[in-house]
Amino acid sequence: MSDTFVPEQLLARVLDSAKRHGATEADALFVTSRSTEVRVRLGETEQVKQSNGKGVGLRVLVGDRTATTSSSDLRPEALEDLIQRTCAAAKLTASDPVSGLPEAGMFEPAEGDEELDLFDPRIDDLSVEEAMRIAKETEEVSRSADTRITNSEGAEMSWGSRQLFLANTSGLMRSRQTSSASFWTTPIAETESGMERDYWYTSARHLEDLTNPQEVGEEAARRTIRRLGAKKPETCKVPVVFESTVASRLLGALSGAINGGSVYREASYLGGQLGESIAAPTVHITDDPRIVRGAASKAFDGEGLATRRHEIVKDGVLQTYLLDTYTARKLGMETTRHASRGLGGTPSPSSTNFWMAPGDKTLVELIGEIENGLLVTELFGVGVNTITGDYSQGAVGVWIENGELTHAVSEFTIASTLPAIWNGIDGIGSDLDRRRATSAPSFRVSSMTVAGA
Amino acid sequence: MGDSKSEVLSSFQLDESLVAKTLGEVLGHDVDDADLYFERVESDGLSLEEGMVKEASRSVHQGAGIRAVSGDRTGYAHSDSIDARPLLEGARAARAIARSGAASQSVAIRTHAPASDLYPVGRAGVEEPIETKLDLLQQIDARARAIDPRIQQVFASVSCNKKTVVIARRDGEVLVDERPLIRLSVSCIAIDGSNKQVGSAGGGGRVPLTTYLEGDSWEELVDEAARRAVLNLSAIETPAGETDVVLGPGWPGILLHEAIGHGLEGDFNRKKTSAFSDLLGQKVASELVTVVDDGTIPWRRGSLNVDDEGTPTKNTVLIENGILKGYMQDRLNARLMGMEPTGNGRRQSYAHTPMPRMTNTFMLAGKDDPEEIIAGVKRGIYAVAFGGGQVDITSGKFVFAGSEAYLIEDGKITSPVKGATFIGNGPDVLTRVSAVGHDLELDKGVGTCGKDGQSVPVGVGMPTIRVDGLTVGGTSA
Repeated sequence: MSDTFVPEQLLARVLDSAKRHGATEADALFVTSRSTEVRVRLGETEQVKQSNGKGVGLRVLVGDRTATTSSSDLRPEALEDLIQRTCAAAKLTASDPVSGLPEAGMFEPAEGDEELDLFDPRIDDLSVEEAMRIAKETEEVSRSADTRITNSEGAEMSWGSRQLFLANTSGLMRSRQTSSASFWTTPIAETESGMERDYWYTSARHLEDLTNPQEVGEEAARRTIRRLGAKKPETCKVPVVFESTVASRLLGALSGAINGGSVYREASYLGGQLGESIAAPTVHITDDPRIVRGAASKAFDGEGLATRRHEIVKDGVLQTYLLDTYTARKLGMETTRHASRGLGGTPSPSSTNFWMAPGDKTLVELIGEIENGLLVTELFGVGVNTITGDYSQGAVGVWIENGELTHAVSEFTIASTLPAIWNGIDGIGSDLDRRRATSAPSFRVSSMTVAGA
Repeated sequence: MGDSKSEVLSSFQLDESLVAKTLGEVLGHDVDDADLYFERVESDGLSLEEGMVKEASRSVHQGAGIRAVSGDRTGYAHSDSIDARPLLEGARAARAIARSGAASQSVAIRTHAPASDLYPVGRAGVEEPIETKLDLLQQIDARARAIDPRIQQVFASVSCNKKTVVIARRDGEVLVDERPLIRLSVSCIAIDGSNKQVGSAGGGGRVPLTTYLEGDSWEELVDEAARRAVLNLSAIETPAGETDVVLGPGWPGILLHEAIGHGLEGDFNRKKTSAFSDLLGQKVASELVTVVDDGTIPWRRGSLNVDDEGTPTKNTVLIENGILKGYMQDRLNARLMGMEPTGNGRRQSYAHTPMPRMTNTFMLAGKDDPEEIIAGVKRGIYAVAFGGGQVDITSGKFVFAGSEAYLIEDGKITSPVKGATFIGNGPDVLTRVSAVGHDLELDKGVGTCGKDGQSVPVGVGMPTIRVDGLTVGGTSA
């Protein structure tokens, strides 16, 4: 499904048209993507899916009033109509003195795009048949790992590439090409006490960086088996270890709370905390968009500015918010070049490779120091409130007695507040997973409320 | 429907001969089922914060998905180019899932509208002038701030879209459905010293925007959001542990959606990965409990004239007097299970394959007086509003989070509590229902359900019910 568009020309036409309809400033992006997904279940092919997408997104300013549009209908007359309507809308929205593009002088060349190595030129060499073989092997490894694994939700492999072009009326024109590939499996285990499922995966920018089906299948099986025979714990207050997968989700909530958008709206419990201690002194967090082959690496942000590495939390002290041009101006600061942008809407800040530094303990050591407590392996539900800092989520895990894992637990919640969790960290694991964009090592919180029986 | 069917086809740059040719190409392999799905979505959105509508957005997205099914295998190709070449390439990619060999078939196309019209809005919200929506948002802001001086931030948005779908089935039947949808959301942040709380409310459906401009329906939403934010300023910590819970009518029906709804979707039961697998005909709930999934209610957010495979929606009884009666099915799972499709085959967009999904899922009214239900609880929690929820359909464990809840002490509603989270086991929770009120309400039309990476609009509903011994998560142990 090919197209004959020259993206740079399309964007130039879109920006010209916006100016003709009254825009004083504008930026636009064009994205194309292609991907393939194969799914197997119980050793048989279940689905093969081929995807092709493209679209254009436009932000216009008429003075200090903003409107946006996006479309996948790229016929010139359809686009012209949409641009005209958008410029008309921008004459009606509120006058907002801090709106607008970054100052023209800020667009220095985005160096290092090549060195980031985000595109695997061999991504298209992977055939449907080979992907199917990988998915089948992964599922087969997990199914044969233990007799209690009786069923499967299948295994899937997906891979593809994406090209993005960004241009604005200050003369910026930038592009990047990225690729990604991943595969996963979800086995189901069963005993008289019921069924359980869990999953494991691998993902990477380059095919050669994926782990192998053996490791993924075995880990999926291990994670599923350990959930069997779960009991409901008693309601109590105990130390809690968050395995790296779920620790990363708490870290994600923290990145939301320091997002400039939440801060200027007074919608974050971390508003006004710059330079203050927000976590235990052992907590260090960085955001680094320039990691070679990184899951969220990018040489330029959603407004076209060259990205930089930032220290976010140092010795437990908050160093910066995540800002784009708009939120920085609202807060009287400088952009940290965290603008992120989809086809629709205006840019807004978002983290890149947002990592919490590993500590020196193994997961076994974190557990070994607990007399009576909990290892959390999965969190679910929406009980993370970054406005108030209240925290209460459903959880699944393994109970700890005398430093040893004893039995699986489920059907309970854990609760605390986000400040109490971050300040209560008294042990950090060495198991940082560098494949993830938002990644924390396992860590231990000294006390949380477990609500169960 | 305003447009004639052929006008809709030509708005996609389609004509019946191209539909026939593409379908014929898919049917050139030995497939059990096939369909073409064309979609065009026009959306617009305005949002207000700090008293200003800072941005207006508008988008048009369109594309086509081509599906071939052989046994339990699906081949799917989609593209946002609706031209002959990508369509025929997509057809060949999709059909590769099935054995080659069948002779290319010629299909007679018959285009028509669905038999029912559940959302005759006249002018869709997306076609209303931007000035009307700007004005509405400004009025919302003014009203919310006037309610209480502690209301210091107001966020409001109005989103409208119109999705036009053309579904071509393997037998040549082509259905055209135009689906309007609007949603109005209001959130308030109340600040009192260092205490900061949020309250939200929203409404919507497949209704004209005038539904919210006339009468006092937008005012009700604003008052509710503001009241909740202020109320939560005085909320105390939720006591943790097992307790009796009374759920108010309407949106708390999300309990049904999470606890049993997903577990009764056909795909999970065919694959026997649901905690409800093989329980048809068995008792899974108190005899007070009857639950249906009904996609045929006019104007509702979860309703559809036909599902995304062209099957007319219906009212499906899931649980009747406590007995499990039926599953929700799409075509593929119904065929493989020897059942009938129930009009629950839905997809997020042309870029996604259909699966069994809920429409409007609710519990029918019982006989109890809601006030007496509360009066009968010695000590417990009364929850009237929720954030979202989630379920693990394999283990059956579900969780949902309260956004407005109170203590019940000696049969009386007392202090508001904050951050209450409810957790339970799907196959077990409805057996603990000990009272069902006569006050069935459907939610206000804001629900979005996610499954396997696909989001679709849904509705939920419930009368006031009492659940004995539900685990409530909180900080106060």
